[in-house]
Amino acid sequence: MRMSDAGADPAAVLTARIARKVYRSARSEPVEAVRDLAFAIAPGEVVCLIGPSGAGKTTTLRILLGLDRDYEGSVEPDPRGGAGIGMVFQDPRLLPWRTVEQNVRLALPRERRGRDLDALFEHLALTPWRGRFPGALSLGMQRRVALARALADDPRLLILDEPFVSLDDAAAASLRGLVVDTVDRLGMSVLMVTHNVAEALEIADRLLLLSPRPASLVATVPLALPRRERGRAFAEATRRDLARLYPGVIAD
Amino acid sequence: MAVAARLASLLILLALWQLAATLADTRTLPSPSAVAAFVLREIQTGGMLFNVGVTLARVAVSFVIAMSLGLVLGVLLGRSRVADRALDTPLLVVLNTPALVITVLAYVWLGLTETAAIVAVALNKLPNVAVIMREGARSLDPGLEEMARTYRFDRRTWIAHVLVPQLQPFAVAAARSGISLAWKIVLVVELIGRPNGVGFAINYYFQLFDVTAVIGYSLVFMTVMLAIDTLVLQPLDAHVRRWR
Repeated sequence: MRMSDAGADPAAVLTARIARKVYRSARSEPVEAVRDLAFAIAPGEVVCLIGPSGAGKTTTLRILLGLDRDYEGSVEPDPRGGAGIGMVFQDPRLLPWRTVEQNVRLALPRERRGRDLDALFEHLALTPWRGRFPGALSLGMQRRVALARALADDPRLLILDEPFVSLDDAAAASLRGLVVDTVDRLGMSVLMVTHNVAEALEIADRLLLLSPRPASLVATVPLALPRRERGRAFAEATRRDLARLYPGVIAD
Repeated sequence: MAVAARLASLLILLALWQLAATLADTRTLPSPSAVAAFVLREIQTGGMLFNVGVTLARVAVSFVIAMSLGLVLGVLLGRSRVADRALDTPLLVVLNTPALVITVLAYVWLGLTETAAIVAVALNKLPNVAVIMREGARSLDPGLEEMARTYRFDRRTWIAHVLVPQLQPFAVAAARSGISLAWKIVLVVELIGRPNGVGFAINYYFQLFDVTAVIGYSLVFMTVMLAIDTLVLQPLDAHVRRWR
């Protein structure tokens, strides 16, 4: 993919062109984490970023969120200016000394903090937990709170960093169902980072495959079949194909 | 159960004290009942309340000064590398200066005044508070910082809901260790250069070789300080940790 392609779509909710990201430290050799990674996310599109562990996925996310500005390239719209991004961190990063409800409300701009969140809490089955501290919740429930916080301000783009990792199968499946349901209902775009291909095949409209470090785009794989019609056979066949085509990225 | 155990150990201690005093039968080891009689008498004459009150006031004022300055200094040191490099050595020097030296110098430079006494106590305690708060400010959770930046927390929200809750346990720890330090030092300060207070009274009765009075004053003051820790500081500690 040429660098110029990514910026072509003016309707994109996010356009990232990261030419280079290098970590420099006084004590060790500079490490190049990302090279020539460019992509855009269309409205309503669910994109999964897949790559091996340590490939630079987290680095890429930090750049997209405006937390890391020391890179060559650009992200549009500027994440510092309120790009309408709702973020679900892998470790939920809730304020343990504030209740579930306060955690969600505090992430809203001051003028919208008092808004009605009953429907959101109800949808995520968090209503009985609103007054509890996050420490009283399981990891799966804490991720739900983080999801509620990300959704509270009606984001245009929801970013999820390995949202189903270290959950048991039931908790992961129920959270996955919630995410899919939310996206179908509210229609925002989603960027999900994962190393779990099966998970990505279940919910993505498009896969972005990353190379090992320095992360660059190996391939873009659109998944045309609607989510509801995908079954086990589809997942296994697609996975086999991908593993054959991109053995460095996807294990068999 | 815990209360009963504490009470039992206290009673056993008192019984042993009484036994030792009876066996020794000397002026230098008064019995618990003699000490209690002195305390009652001293309370009736008003001397006890006056001296304890004066000392408590000194502890309170120097405690507030040392806590507020120490909090600000500690957070500054923990957040700013430049400030930490510049002030770390002076802080270490003050931290390792004996309380007695600081007290004597304060009296020499500021005269035998109330101000000198307060400054001496506050200066003895301040570095401890600063060091504890520096630890707190250094150990702020970077994950929560990123979260706060991602969600664009404004400054007020960040201070009230991210910064202060992370510093609270350190502030309470500093207060608890600080108050026990302050009340020990305040007695020395009073002994050297004040005409009233528990430290003065202990010195006075020491000159008269009245051990009963010395023990009486120490016990009353210790009880008051323990009560403050149990009734004020411990509940505060429990309150800031309630979410755990």
